[in-house]
Amino acid sequence: MNKTVSIFSAIVVSLLLASCGTNPARTQPGQGIDDKAVVNPVTIDGIDDGSQLDPDSVAGRAPKERVIFFDFNNSELRPEYLDIITQHGRYLAQNPTGRARLEGHTDERGTREYNIALGEARAKTIARMLQLQGVSSAQLRSVSYGEELPVDEGHNESAWSKNRRVNIIYEVEVQVQN
Amino acid sequence: MLTNRVSKPTSKTLSSLLGLLCLCLVGTSNVQAVIEIEITQGGQSAIPIAIVPFGWNGSGSSPEDIAAIVSNDLQRSGNFSPLNRNDLIASPVSGDRPRYGNWRIAGAEFLLIGAVKKSGSNYNVEFQLFDVSQQRLLTGFNFQVTDQTLRNAAHQIADEVYEEVLGIRGAFNTQIAFVSVEGSTREKTYQLQLSDADGQNPQAMLTSPRPILSPSWAPDGIRIAYVSFENRNQSAIYVQDRQQGSRKKLISKPGINGAPSWSPDGKRLAVTLSYEGNPDIYVLDVDSGQTRRVTQSQAIDTEAVWADDQTLIFTSDRSGGPQLYEVLASGGRASRLTFEGNYNASATVSADGKNIAFVHGSDVGYQIGALDRESGLFQTLTEGSLDESPSFAPNGQMIIYATEKGGKGTLGAVSLDGSVVQSLSLDTGGVREPAWSPFTN
Repeated sequence: MNKTVSIFSAIVVSLLLASCGTNPARTQPGQGIDDKAVVNPVTIDGIDDGSQLDPDSVAGRAPKERVIFFDFNNSELRPEYLDIITQHGRYLAQNPTGRARLEGHTDERGTREYNIALGEARAKTIARMLQLQGVSSAQLRSVSYGEELPVDEGHNESAWSKNRRVNIIYEVEVQVQN
Repeated sequence: MLTNRVSKPTSKTLSSLLGLLCLCLVGTSNVQAVIEIEITQGGQSAIPIAIVPFGWNGSGSSPEDIAAIVSNDLQRSGNFSPLNRNDLIASPVSGDRPRYGNWRIAGAEFLLIGAVKKSGSNYNVEFQLFDVSQQRLLTGFNFQVTDQTLRNAAHQIADEVYEEVLGIRGAFNTQIAFVSVEGSTREKTYQLQLSDADGQNPQAMLTSPRPILSPSWAPDGIRIAYVSFENRNQSAIYVQDRQQGSRKKLISKPGINGAPSWSPDGKRLAVTLSYEGNPDIYVLDVDSGQTRRVTQSQAIDTEAVWADDQTLIFTSDRSGGPQLYEVLASGGRASRLTFEGNYNASATVSADGKNIAFVHGSDVGYQIGALDRESGLFQTLTEGSLDESPSFAPNGQMIIYATEKGGKGTLGAVSLDGSVVQSLSLDTGGVREPAWSPFTN
């Protein structure tokens, strides 16, 4: 029985060899897990940034209109917003402990990193105008989010026009120790 | 008597095999990701190939349909047209002798057969590729894999077929990084994910409530640089080790910290910084953290990528709208590369430096364009209206990019000649910012 089996195997093997040539065996070296594929994840916890604004604080009493909109691919201030800029400019100039963060945004069209730069150009326009009103640069900080944080996620001009903006965010003022 | 020659595998092939990735699912992603591949256009001169379901010596069905994975890969490239499974005239498996005449009648120019055999807790995979008209064996071998690396074996076989027939290295056994977003407008979760190049097996390497941008692979395939807005007041560029999970904040200056791009030698990152006045290109030495300024213009200069270790290609709007420019990493005068239309940005360069793909804006929207640097020939490759973030495969033959489908962010892939377009999409959430991994072996 064994002899039959081994002859049979030999015939099969030689048939295989004849039909397709040698099949070089390429066994995996026992190398264990290839580390390149391991993905070790990192999680960033939620960042709580907005404490409720105390209505008596500088931040709480600042002018209420805090969004300025822009034209497509443009970082120039539209004349209808001069009034708001003036209000914020005067307020910050009169309240030197007040601090504002200017967040620049764009609509979704175009490349992301270029839009980060365009958002910054918008924030800088506002910063410049505020400084012309006597606001110190130490009171201002500019951040651009480009197209990353839209208020309207539609894909039309109505949505886009809402996203091309600078938000003026009053930060909790630094308390001076007496 | 037929003389059967087995092609001698190149040493590159050998080391590719030895470096078969073993996917270890550590830390499952929160996002449910069934990634679908839909081929929207077919290649005109695709080579017909018969890919026969692999033999399987175990009970039930094989844990992976190797032939289907190979077929999908080859079809996606645009260069191959696998025969429909229903049109396969026979079902030979590894070791069988093909009936060439019948396959020729069926229309196949090449034939791929194989088998998967259980070997303890592992598997033995073998395959043979035949040239139907020449009636000979082209290549074939067998290798041992685990159940974690079965899909990789299939991608490796697709690479072998691709290289044997076309003489170009295949890029199917590679990975992509991308950003995914879920949640409502006010409360989003962003993830930086890694997956196989066909979108399978996505794993999150970073989860954050704040935006993540611009992932860039180091040449070692282990470190990835990206932009994170986790600090509300200021963006930062991080480098993260995908194995260890450890990460290092490389730079966070006032203003913009963006568009990181690894140099081919893996030692430097081109970055965009605006702390000196307006967005300019800098080269950052990864080890020392030192930066050197490259561009000095008053315009927006950003999105720098490396054409080689000495040369950068970047986006600048110094002439009005965004266009692509070339400059030495050591600084100096920049020369303009793009002249079609008034919006060309976000370049990706093929590894051989011969082709650039980028975002081209026009009346019909934003599409992926390509420029052959030698001939200067420009063509549009895609037909979407919000296509962006192109990234070359490491063999320079395909480009993955971000697009919109059904109002949702998805990924697309297009062949270098534009003949095949396909889309991959996540089950939920929006996907964007793909980056194709380098060859790592």
